[in-house]
Amino acid sequence: MNSIDKELLKSIADLHSIPEGSYNIRKNGESLERRSTSDIEIISKEDKSGIDIIVHKGVKNKSVHIPVIITVGDLTDVVYNDFYIGEDADVLIVAGCGIHNPTGEESRHDGIHTFHLEKNAKVRYVEKHLGSGLGGKVLNPLTKIFMKENSEFEMETIQLGGVTYSKRDTEAVLEDNAKLVIKEKILTTDSQEAITNFDVLLSGKNSHVQVISRSVAKGNSKQSFMSNIVGENASFGHVECDGILLDNAQIISVPKIDAKCPEASLVHEAAIGKIAGEQLIKLMSLGLTHEEAENLIIKGYLS
Amino acid sequence: MLELKNIRYTVRDEKTNQERAVLKDINIKFPEKKLTVITGQNGSGKSTLIKLIMGIISPTSGKIFYNGKDITSLSLNERADLGLTIALQQPVRFKGLTVKNLLDVASEKSNKVSDACEYLSKVGLCAKNYLNRELDSTLSGGELKRIELAISLAKGGELFLFDEPEAGIDLWSFDSLVDLFKALKDKTVIIVSHQEKILEQADYLLLIENDGYKMGTKEEIYSILKPEPVCKKLGGQNE
Repeated sequence: MNSIDKELLKSIADLHSIPEGSYNIRKNGESLERRSTSDIEIISKEDKSGIDIIVHKGVKNKSVHIPVIITVGDLTDVVYNDFYIGEDADVLIVAGCGIHNPTGEESRHDGIHTFHLEKNAKVRYVEKHLGSGLGGKVLNPLTKIFMKENSEFEMETIQLGGVTYSKRDTEAVLEDNAKLVIKEKILTTDSQEAITNFDVLLSGKNSHVQVISRSVAKGNSKQSFMSNIVGENASFGHVECDGILLDNAQIISVPKIDAKCPEASLVHEAAIGKIAGEQLIKLMSLGLTHEEAENLIIKGYLS
Repeated sequence: MLELKNIRYTVRDEKTNQERAVLKDINIKFPEKKLTVITGQNGSGKSTLIKLIMGIISPTSGKIFYNGKDITSLSLNERADLGLTIALQQPVRFKGLTVKNLLDVASEKSNKVSDACEYLSKVGLCAKNYLNRELDSTLSGGELKRIELAISLAKGGELFLFDEPEAGIDLWSFDSLVDLFKALKDKTVIIVSHQEKILEQADYLLLIENDGYKMGTKEEIYSILKPEPVCKKLGGQNE
């Protein structure tokens, strides 16, 4: 690994050294380093590019890191990762993709992640995306989550600049008492475009989803947020989409809530606008310049 | 120290499209290291005056002098750097920023619980419970108001402007609030208030009415107000 590799890994997966537990580091379309353990096995797929991550029944307080780095231009990396989380397991999964594209040609990573959570399984999934360098950086993550009874999945997805184009699709099906929490933070600048789509089917009784999206769009960038929550059973869904707009940017928020059961309680809240003048006034009255105040508000908002 | 010369502030009435003067020809010298309470009926321009002094809005005409220097064209943050400090009437909520974040900005240092305690205990809050709280809708209006006051104390300065500091503060905490102002006796303090208990603390009173203003010692202004109950005249609620 060279210094660029290390810097990318630090930014996307908070990795300062080789992580504890299981890991798979993928670089420029190939597996670079891997550790498979008896608790969390990592097995290469034979029919296509990607890995199966098997978290055994009852494994608790363990983690698996599967970062992807791309350091060349003109590369399209498509990877299929399937996660099988056993009953009563409780794990942290850190994914993410960092692209440093030194050439003018476009680099692209399409990560197709499918999670199968058994009964009472619990997952915290963190996914960071980052881009740097001259050429186009394109990321199209597709995440599918299938949740059995009483399972819990918390997903934190963070894209704080540098990615020229991203299309993030997340689909989930929740059975009885399953609980899904998605927190999304996106910053776009220049002419970047970020598209986010959430499709959640609340099929089980007392299933619960919460989607919290906070985004900041600067320059001429464009963001689109679309959520479709379907309540088929006595369930709860809450979507909160907040956006801050600066310069000539654009944010589109399209809510869809579809209740097919009288006991389904579905809410969508969306607010897009510039930074509130009163917030700037408060911080400037403490001695910050307009620019410093703006930066602090955005930093806090995306923290 | 702080002097307003020929201050006029007008707004355009959206319905009639006519200019309407909120403040006309104000000439006041605020006594240094004294407590002046600005009082008067709703809509008489009290908060407007405070905002003009702080630089949140600019006068239509006239000049503002601070320590002999014309600060009329200085921005809000430049006035903050000179030692002007404000606690707003309506505290601001921030998604993602904590009490600690604002205390750190105000005091220009990283506050630990023990540091923050110095400011928060003065407004009746325990630093341990509040330092890492977000300044969002999880805090009540009264809590936010107390935090707003604590942030102004953390910033410090020579001229404090408090816009209706009692709003949202429960009555049993009033004595603590009064103590907070008493502790600023070596500073110049200007408070907008309707509350008699706060008026009682004033060295000077500035009574703003729709047709003008009167500035004088508390005793002088009280003598003018005497024929009517003070609070009724001032438009307060606790008659």
